[in-house]
Amino acid sequence: MGFVKGLRCKECGKDYEKLPIHVCEFCFGPLEVNYDYTAIGKVVTRKSIQDGPPSMWRYKEFMPIDEAPKVGLHTGFTPLVRAKNLGKALGLKNLYIKNDSVNHPTFSFKDRVVAVAVSKAIEFGFDTVSCASTGNLANSVAAHAAEAGLKSCIIIPDGLEAGKILGTQIYGSQLIAVHGSYDDVNRLCSEIGANHDWAFVNINIRPYYGDGSKSYGYEIAEQLGWKTPDNVVVPVAGSSLITKIYKAFHEFEMLGLIGKVNTKVFAAQATGCAPVTTAIKNGTDTIIPVKPNTIAKSIAIGNPADGYYGVKTAKESGGWGEDISDEEVVESMKLLAETEGIFTETAGGVTVGVTQKLIKQGRIKPDETTVICITGNGLKTQEALTGQFAPPAVIDCNIQSFEDEFANSLTV
Amino acid sequence: MPVKVRIPTPLMKLTNNQAEISAEGETIADILNNLESQFAGIKERICEENGAPRRFINIYLNEEDIRFLEGEKTQIKDGDEISIIPAIAGGAR
Repeated sequence: MGFVKGLRCKECGKDYEKLPIHVCEFCFGPLEVNYDYTAIGKVVTRKSIQDGPPSMWRYKEFMPIDEAPKVGLHTGFTPLVRAKNLGKALGLKNLYIKNDSVNHPTFSFKDRVVAVAVSKAIEFGFDTVSCASTGNLANSVAAHAAEAGLKSCIIIPDGLEAGKILGTQIYGSQLIAVHGSYDDVNRLCSEIGANHDWAFVNINIRPYYGDGSKSYGYEIAEQLGWKTPDNVVVPVAGSSLITKIYKAFHEFEMLGLIGKVNTKVFAAQATGCAPVTTAIKNGTDTIIPVKPNTIAKSIAIGNPADGYYGVKTAKESGGWGEDISDEEVVESMKLLAETEGIFTETAGGVTVGVTQKLIKQGRIKPDETTVICITGNGLKTQEALTGQFAPPAVIDCNIQSFEDEFANSLTV
Repeated sequence: MPVKVRIPTPLMKLTNNQAEISAEGETIADILNNLESQFAGIKERICEENGAPRRFINIYLNEEDIRFLEGEKTQIKDGDEISIIPAIAGGAR
């Protein structure tokens, strides 16, 4: 292993050593991992990947760690589901769901980034991992820290869903909720980082962490039969995932593992927090931050630092951005569950609903191959469905009661 | 009337390793010019040539991002605190 040459500023190109840093000290641009693609190209083939483990580590040469992965060995390689029923409902003939609602171990795509970040934190010698999180990242950092035997201190905005809070505490993590939004928490964490020598997975470990998301893109390409789709619809918060999926496709293209990439990348947000899709629709690359107000809390980032790159990715690829209301989010969660048997969280409702909107606008066409990114699990955001369903009927334990209720229900 | 300005780690080389600087001015723009007069070269690291903060810099007045206020024209009052923070992202996608 070990194909990382160093870090490089995405803006000004200044090179840095492999260190736990994330910002160019000259222009403040984000640092990203600089790989030795020539060396990777010499050892990686379709066959070498197919012979690898059924996890994200089948792409280990493309991951930014120098040693073998330390945690999350079973993360990734989630199902790419041929969604015929949902496709029929939406009017698409070739629709797929990339289903990270069943990712291991904490049921969101965040397990990919954290498997990398915690492995890297161990390489760097940190004893504590931390993060600012809207919930899914909190769950994943807490779980992987437990697996690694590291301490974890996790900081979230107050008012998160109960499942995301419990789903962090269960792992023995120290969890602190802050009055304010995710953006407030993020800012606080950058200041905490100055006082504590911790691995903040999405701050000082961010260049490494982000590249875990590339595995989501590699899997789409491999699972489609070594090609990329015509369209991919991605939920957007900080805009990291959308850029990394696109990067993953282009890395595979560059190394000849797939043919030319013509994929249009679409950004999906909730209208209550849509700084990226607003910029796309307004034809600008300047993000105007917003104060989030949506049930799609996992993607409620009003001040997305990679937002500029999210807009750029959508534009460069020929894609677009759209957003939908909270009511549409709930309807879309139900639609996915009823048609495909997949219960996603609110962010998944956002991608399904936005796909529907893009079809109506003619931006996604019926015969094209389309992948909808489902990145989190509905059991974690049950609050979003409060009042949607009546409690189940309770009957006496005899056949007559059953038949009465059954007949009664049928007429409803 | 002096206000306190928090300097991000990458710029502390320009401020003799001081994390907090006292600066004076009526607006954020004044403060940035005042910083420049104290530590030559610091403004070009924070701002584009037109004086607007760089894309990857966030400036906060007390707890509020100045983009929610009046940008670099935002008025400063006695006792305010200003933070200059590199943009960072994460949490969810």
